[in-house]
Amino acid sequence: MKRSRFPFIVTGLVLVFFYLPILILVVDSFNASRFGGAWRGFSLKWYVRLFHEPAIWTAARNTLVIALIVTFVSLLLGTTSALALHRFSKSRFQRVHYTLIYTPLVVPEILMGISLLMAFVAAGVKLGMGTIILAHVTFCISYVALVVLGRLQDFDFTVVEAARDLGATGWTATRRVLLPMLAPGLAAAGLIAFTLSVDDFVITFFVAGPGSTTLPIRVYSMIKHGATPLINALSTLLLALTFTTVLVSQRLSKSGALEGGQ
Amino acid sequence: MAEFLEFKNVSKRFGAIQAVDGVSLEIKRGEFFALLGPSGCGKTTMLRIAAGFETPDAGQVFLAGREITDLPPNRRPVNTIFQSYALFPHLTVRDNIAFGLQIAKKPKAEIDREVETMLRLIRLEDQAGKKPDLLSGGQRQRVAVARALINKPGVLLLDEPLAALDLKLRQRMLIELDMIHDQVGITFLYVTHDQSEAMSLSDRIAVMNAGRIEQIGAPAEIYEAPRTSFVAAFIGDTNFLEGVVADHPEPEYSRLRIEGLPDATVYNDKQIADGHKIFLSIRPEKIQISRDRPEPKPKRNAVPAVVEDVIYLGPTTKYWVRAGEHRLQVLRQHARFFLDEKPIRWKDDVWVFWHGDDGFMLEGFRRDDEKLVAAPPQKVGEA
Repeated sequence: MKRSRFPFIVTGLVLVFFYLPILILVVDSFNASRFGGAWRGFSLKWYVRLFHEPAIWTAARNTLVIALIVTFVSLLLGTTSALALHRFSKSRFQRVHYTLIYTPLVVPEILMGISLLMAFVAAGVKLGMGTIILAHVTFCISYVALVVLGRLQDFDFTVVEAARDLGATGWTATRRVLLPMLAPGLAAAGLIAFTLSVDDFVITFFVAGPGSTTLPIRVYSMIKHGATPLINALSTLLLALTFTTVLVSQRLSKSGALEGGQ
Repeated sequence: MAEFLEFKNVSKRFGAIQAVDGVSLEIKRGEFFALLGPSGCGKTTMLRIAAGFETPDAGQVFLAGREITDLPPNRRPVNTIFQSYALFPHLTVRDNIAFGLQIAKKPKAEIDREVETMLRLIRLEDQAGKKPDLLSGGQRQRVAVARALINKPGVLLLDEPLAALDLKLRQRMLIELDMIHDQVGITFLYVTHDQSEAMSLSDRIAVMNAGRIEQIGAPAEIYEAPRTSFVAAFIGDTNFLEGVVADHPEPEYSRLRIEGLPDATVYNDKQIADGHKIFLSIRPEKIQISRDRPEPKPKRNAVPAVVEDVIYLGPTTKYWVRAGEHRLQVLRQHARFFLDEKPIRWKDDVWVFWHGDDGFMLEGFRRDDEKLVAAPPQKVGEA
């Protein structure tokens, strides 16, 4: 029987649709031409110019600081939340907890942005880095919790009992057995949180204040001033960063899946 | 030998299930003690209470005279071998074994020395650098044993340690465990549902059912003199016969009136009075079968029967016979097998007979336990 080509064609079209614009952007970032479209030879001048924009550097620093703090806090809170969800999965309280953890994933971002903004304003909190961090943590917790929960579900907790049996206190057993065994999952969850924080635009846009501009916001305001080639270069760099973290996180989840339960 | 590990009226309930129901048990120092019973009988809960993973709802646990009921697992001088072994997958064999001593903050030189000794004991010196994932089932099991023993526990708890292994490996590990017990001389509490494991390893066995202990004794005692129908049926196979004690022709022996059969002579060590209803357990291999009427002897019970089924099992042959309304299973060993001998076949008229000492009066009988013994063939036919 001859195999139908149809699935291949569809897959090909979808991939082209997804990645062609990105590819054009990347190629354009190396285009010497000031206006996209016509190829005027290979050049790194947009990258060079990018490095001389102080506003970009400030934005990059803000983004990185926010992402690192968000990753750390959401890992801590998300993991404890996942542990509670797993340990008491049968209690009604934890079912409510699960729903609450799950909801941010399906609530429209713009809604989250507006409501967070209103909350901050109502509470009299000054908008800035702090509010961005708080906002990012609220949705990153959910991703971390769900990723870690997935790992816990096929985790054999007898090893923790074994550690206790061999004389370890609860904390020592967690530190020497549970955490090392969960490490690949935690790393994957952390990278997801990091990527989400770096990439987020909508929510950040609402809760950002003066002096706390992040890269995505910078890109947006640059488009308004029509500096496309610079944006291309910046986007390509952001893309490279995102792709690397996603790749690493996938690697970690895979090797973790093999190592997991016995 | 004094009591070493002692359970006093221990009870534990999980939701609607009474897992352990007022169990008292005394295990002696150095003993190889087995808790034997079907799944869900509470034997694993008992082990987890001893390890400190569960706290009993009522009752106390003592180790060497000291109460340990509420002590957390890390502060008990007991160690466990888990059914799944629960080795640490992120640590090497060496670090797995060293774990307990590292936690106890022993000097490094001492840890290294002890680990080497253990590796030699389990003959895995050349695998010390590997992760557990790369080991075979039997090797993992040995690592689990070493990881527990290195702490020199007062009691080693073993939770169905051989269940995950295949038959041949299980037999090898059985011998190995026995040797290790002889070498280290510490108390073993061994939980299993496998009667042959319990029989071949243990000094004493406690048979558990529905959260209670049915009988405690040496393997031979449990097998030869079961106290209840559960013990008789769970350990090996048996025939149950219901009868009424008619009289005592001799002080130690009674005549039992069994409906549809001639009166049987039975050893009555329990001094059950005349007129009482009683159940008798006779093991299939204690009954003999023959084509000819056996010559009458004192205390010999002989009953005419018809063969309903013949099952050839290799070392033995099992016959299902009908005597009156009773169906009995008889096991016969072939000391000498002649192919030209006229064998006992389906529908043959035979005699089955047994000595009065081999029928055992039960103190407790439950109808349900009849389901545990081999069922007679549904349709009469030749095997």
